[in-house]
Amino acid sequence: MSTAIKETQKMIEEVLDAYPEKAKKDRAKHLAANDPTGQCSTCQVKSNIKSRPGVMTVRGCAYAGAKGVVWGPVKDQITISHGPVGCGQYSWWSRRNYYNGQTGIDTFGTMHITTDFQEKDIVYGGDKNLDAALHELKGLFPLAKSMGILSECPVGLIGDDIEAVSKKAEKEFSMPIVPVRCEGFRGVSQSLGHHIANDTIRDHILGKGQLDKSTPYDVALIGDYNIGGDAWASRKMLEELGLRVIAQWTGDASINEMGIAHKAKVNLVHCYRSMNYICRHMEEQYGIPWTEFNFFGPTKIYQSLRKIASYFDDSIKEKAEKMIEKYKPAMDAVIEEFKPGLEGKRVMLYVGGLRPRHTIGAYEDLGMEVVASGYEFGHSDDYKRTYPEMKEGAVIMDDATLYELEEFTRRLSPDMVGSGIKEKYSYHKLGVPFRQMHSWDYSGPYHGFDGFPVFARDMDMTVNSPTWGLIRRK
Amino acid sequence: MKIKDHNELFQEQEYLDQFERKKEFENCPSAEEVQRIAEWTKTEEYRELNFKRQNIKINPAKACQPLGAVFCASGFEGTLPFVQGAQGCVAYFRSHLSRHFKEPMTAVSTSMTEDAAVFGGLNNMLEGLENAHTLYHPKMLAVCTTCMAEVIGDDLNAYIRTAREKGVIPQDLPVPFAHTPSFVGSNITGYDNMMKGILTAVTAGRKGEPNGKINIVPGFDTYTGNYRELKRLLDIMEVKHTILADVSDIYDSPNSGKYKLYPGGTPLEDAADSINALATIALQKYSTSKTMDYIAKEWGQSAVTLPPIGIKNTDRFFEEISKITGKPVPQEIENERGRAVDAMIDSHPYVHGKRFALVGDPDLLLGLISFLMEMGGIPVHIVCTNGDKKFLEDAEAILSESPFGREGKVYTGKDMWHLRSLMFTDPVDFLIGNSYAKLLWRDTGTPLIRIGFPLFDRHHLHRYPIIGYQGALNLVSLIVNTVLDEMDRKTMNTTSFDVIR
Repeated sequence: MSTAIKETQKMIEEVLDAYPEKAKKDRAKHLAANDPTGQCSTCQVKSNIKSRPGVMTVRGCAYAGAKGVVWGPVKDQITISHGPVGCGQYSWWSRRNYYNGQTGIDTFGTMHITTDFQEKDIVYGGDKNLDAALHELKGLFPLAKSMGILSECPVGLIGDDIEAVSKKAEKEFSMPIVPVRCEGFRGVSQSLGHHIANDTIRDHILGKGQLDKSTPYDVALIGDYNIGGDAWASRKMLEELGLRVIAQWTGDASINEMGIAHKAKVNLVHCYRSMNYICRHMEEQYGIPWTEFNFFGPTKIYQSLRKIASYFDDSIKEKAEKMIEKYKPAMDAVIEEFKPGLEGKRVMLYVGGLRPRHTIGAYEDLGMEVVASGYEFGHSDDYKRTYPEMKEGAVIMDDATLYELEEFTRRLSPDMVGSGIKEKYSYHKLGVPFRQMHSWDYSGPYHGFDGFPVFARDMDMTVNSPTWGLIRRK
Repeated sequence: MKIKDHNELFQEQEYLDQFERKKEFENCPSAEEVQRIAEWTKTEEYRELNFKRQNIKINPAKACQPLGAVFCASGFEGTLPFVQGAQGCVAYFRSHLSRHFKEPMTAVSTSMTEDAAVFGGLNNMLEGLENAHTLYHPKMLAVCTTCMAEVIGDDLNAYIRTAREKGVIPQDLPVPFAHTPSFVGSNITGYDNMMKGILTAVTAGRKGEPNGKINIVPGFDTYTGNYRELKRLLDIMEVKHTILADVSDIYDSPNSGKYKLYPGGTPLEDAADSINALATIALQKYSTSKTMDYIAKEWGQSAVTLPPIGIKNTDRFFEEISKITGKPVPQEIENERGRAVDAMIDSHPYVHGKRFALVGDPDLLLGLISFLMEMGGIPVHIVCTNGDKKFLEDAEAILSESPFGREGKVYTGKDMWHLRSLMFTDPVDFLIGNSYAKLLWRDTGTPLIRIGFPLFDRHHLHRYPIIGYQGALNLVSLIVNTVLDEMDRKTMNTTSFDVIR
């Protein structure tokens, strides 16, 4: 074991000392010093396991995964939060899944529609009202292409049969009515919600859309939620590469696009965590290959363009080289502009989905180093993909608690932390530069050639803001 | 280096072309069809259909019980809100409150999953209390429930007792609790339940000599500025007081390069002694009704509700304080009143006769209706998703006190999609509501004055008080300057574009 790994392990043990015995034993499995080779067995973290009660996990629930990530961004579906008012309220318009369309007329992405369960619904069940609700919605929103019923905790506990209600309405309305069993108590995090939601897309939508003609260059852009327009920035590049993006999942997605994705020649996956399920299905069912790519920062973008092009003929491969040649000067200029202020700065990341590993390259392009990284709801395959991206001895953390994040920050003294809204303001109080890396702090896009300059600008304004210097530390 | 972000990028021609190309795969309705339906949603016919619905809420203006409970709990010194239930809820409460205040929010969950659904949540509670107590060293753990724990019937009282018996937490650690199912009431109910739970727990056995203080229960009030204003005013009057619960330092703490888990709140000793106060005054009625009942009955205190929004309401507030304490209202406060009234008189031409739509929590709405009418404004559509029959009566009573209230119609249990119909079929000049009301602003073009909760898309508004005379002044500024901004926008290319107003 190397010194770097030993030192980090020692630090982790110190941090863990504050926990009661049982929690300490459990948390020890989720924290490790990185071994990029993946050889050191004690350096692998356990993941996708229940959070300890009472320790301020950052995680959400299955409903959050289904609503906030997978189904919520689908724009022409009416997504119903079925149950009490809270879940729909707090997830209302919170991720910035941009879309084109007239909200409330032909698109519904930024609306909050709920059956608003009352006590009598818990006692007598909510099925009857749900059926009536679907009819009311059909009358008020005739241009909706589908309805999704996302069940909240009580629905599963009282055993309402939302599948039966959906089946009946599906026949009556001649459009998909999708029951999604994503009650928050299921599973250990958002991740199960992604899986459940993907399964319902498979069962109710996939294969049912209309596409007049196919071309050899048809692809689906999978696992991009269009935060701040990310998917659009990526789509622009894929189109320039000569590909035809027939479906976008699920940022700015329409039901029809999701219904024709199985006609793609290749599925291009950005967020592997949330969308590997559906890609595997399309691979098994329709023989569609899928490949992961990473559009954060020029180094990864160049690699990804070449990788994507490798699935196509020489004309596309040539275009990839031409694109790299065309955009490299602009990307170099961005690096030249911002690297001097960011070189050598140390970053700590704690996010969900793909960002704990996908953004590392972009930071490195700017001369920054990621010294700690971790996932709220990653699985072991995410971590396997992360180890080689990071230096030996870097901290790898799974389902970190607020306490651990603060302690690691104290000991590692990063120059910048990237995490979510719940973490943001405690870092502001600590006086540690912070960027909200779930929704880009309302900026973006960060993906692609158009996104990297925004990313670089934002990291610079984070690390080098004069406001941090105003804090009078006691 | 000029860098374009989403604000500019997606207006560029290449992106506009991309959006056009994407339509090929979207199978979207024609522009004409969209336009036709859009126009239809503005009609009386649509409004009728919209108001017929019974089974679905569209853009409701309320949050759920436990959010109110954790908000209340966080206002006590060293208190960790502890939520028995599935973990996603706490993630949502924390992010929701953080987004509003731009401050950290501390709360833990017991992370209940399928096994708890089958066997009950006792084990989660026991381990959760031990972990939370060991790791975060709270002076008090305030327990409330989510839907899940309520549906499966977790018995908080028994669980907490068991935790003490097993030595998971110290015998003397206060652990008040409240049952807060999200399918009953709303954020204001949760606030009330938690407040009652905490006061019951901390004052037990503390009845003694009167302490000469006044208790103030602000209610579900998300303006940190209101708390500071209240303390300032009572200090000027030299009235000894206890604010139950004082969230001001929790959600508006100074930046000193240190992160404090518990940056303030009502001292527990003061909370315990609140049973010995001269009287308790609540500043909101609907978010404190059970608490105030409890105080009147169990503590035998004078318990009155006096919401100090607007001039007359604030007058009543000070008259009552004066009556209880025997202290006159000092000239300094009288001067503040004079300045607020002066401002209202100076600004009245721009508000007089203007028609308003309002949406929000019941207590806030009552205050705003009263204030608007004092300015000669006309409340027209008043939508209160979490208002009940009593609220309807109260609001109508206030409206009936002034000729400016004649047009006012109160809609309880309705949501912002109902309000959209109202605003199209019977347009108003201005809209008052929270950040989500900006959908209505976009759809109807009615300027939005942001008052209420949550305020996500404008910074620092909650730091400015809207209670007391200073608060009235702030309300005047918020409203009249929106009116003037709008006037400038509309006259930008006319002869009426003025510098002096």
